[in-house]
Amino acid sequence: MTLLVAEGLCKRYAAGRGVTALDGVSLHLSPGETLGLAGASGSGKSTLARVLTRLAEPDTGSIRFAGEDWLALSGAPLRRRRARMQMVFQDVLGAFNPRATVASALEDPLRIHAVVPKGERAREVAALLDRVGLPAAYAGRSIREVSGGERQRIAIARAIATHPALIVLDEAVSALDVSVREKILELLVTLQEERGIAYLFVSHDLSVLAAVAHRIAVMEAGRIVETGPTSRVIADPQSPAARALVRAVPRLVIE
Amino acid sequence: MTALCEIRGLSVAYPGASVPALDGIDLDIRAGERLAVIGESGSGKSTLACALAGLLPDGARVEGGMRWAAGSPPRPGRDLGFVFQDPAASLNPVLTIGEQVGEGARRHLGLSRRQALSLAVEMLEKVRLPDPGKVAKAFPHQLSGGQRQRVAIAAALAAKPGMLIADEATSALDMVVQAEIVALLDDLVRAAGMTLLFITHDIALASGFADRVAIFRKGALVETGPTRTVLAAPAAAYTKTLIASHRDLATPPLIHEAAP
Repeated sequence: MTLLVAEGLCKRYAAGRGVTALDGVSLHLSPGETLGLAGASGSGKSTLARVLTRLAEPDTGSIRFAGEDWLALSGAPLRRRRARMQMVFQDVLGAFNPRATVASALEDPLRIHAVVPKGERAREVAALLDRVGLPAAYAGRSIREVSGGERQRIAIARAIATHPALIVLDEAVSALDVSVREKILELLVTLQEERGIAYLFVSHDLSVLAAVAHRIAVMEAGRIVETGPTSRVIADPQSPAARALVRAVPRLVIE
Repeated sequence: MTALCEIRGLSVAYPGASVPALDGIDLDIRAGERLAVIGESGSGKSTLACALAGLLPDGARVEGGMRWAAGSPPRPGRDLGFVFQDPAASLNPVLTIGEQVGEGARRHLGLSRRQALSLAVEMLEKVRLPDPGKVAKAFPHQLSGGQRQRVAIAAALAAKPGMLIADEATSALDMVVQAEIVALLDDLVRAAGMTLLFITHDIALASGFADRVAIFRKGALVETGPTRTVLAAPAAAYTKTLIASHRDLATPPLIHEAAP
């Protein structure tokens, strides 16, 4: 069964010169699969992530998610289904209420989506923290006083709190130090293996997608210009955009 | 090569911070070299850049110091160019690109407004912006991030400084643009015989073109040496970790199986 099918998504931004952000994008994603969405800035990959997560509406096109017409949903039914499609962004501090504690950031989705009864929320928060490799004592800390890598772990904990079938990750590891980034990627892979979560992993860094993606779709000027198994796209890129992405990855020069 | 700057026992502590940002740094910057300063967040690499440029905030406690071969510290904008991570922060949104690129040269080289504008167009061409005459009349918001970073480089180099500090100058850019900007910096610095201090968290990026590397961690200089030597035979455990955690397209993937 296919988890997500998008067909013919188009979106133009009216401001400025009427920029076409998405120009007929179609893609599909199976349960437990990671699709890497690669592309340079302005290629439309973040717009696509926003359209799929219903943060932006497409002008035309269709999206089926978990067997339902995803674009037909609105109001309370859409809010309920959002539990099944979560997001993690690059700027994690911006994604949290800055006055929130770690506990309140994790309790919100548990409460909103009634994941566990009220009396069990504290225990569930501790379990989520443990699952992403943070001590339970972190619950009382302010979101602002934890490190960038820890904050990204909390964002992941918040995303998995509602047992999603799909998590859209938009440059989720791009701002992290390399050693921290590797740990976060390992965590994401482990969570996928345990829970069968599908990821749509947006990144301009092909080395990140090479680590975690089963398939890669390359975007340029609002279109998917190439798609295929990760190893094929990297070893034998067909489009100029994919070739540029492959060439751009810095290699450690050891003579 | 002679030392352009001898840094000896340099420590910097910011007010209210429990640990120093830099702790007893000894490092020579050699004239004409491309020196990569490599470190993760909190390593002190940006503090070193600010100390060299005389841009440390008021209240920072400084011990030890820097001896410049010229006898006096470089004048920012004249002897020393600076390119930051976020070009939007260093460009003035209400001035045209031409005015900003020419501004330093006008002030430091005593050029007229017309001469400065013509130099600006020449610099914009040097950083390979298409249609430099048109770009000179544009405002920062009309350009992409990569184009703005080219403008910032043009502005930093306009007064023909002997040294350029690039502080994470490509980290906010996508990889394709990053590769272009690094190649551009490398070409310009070589052509002008400038000294380049390239500050980055990315050891692989530095390995492609730096003559020497200096590895920083938590305010300390962990290891320094010729790029080739340090990468082939790292002495410090931390350098080994940095090299081991580098990931490129040849690194085995973390996923174990083909698509489900």
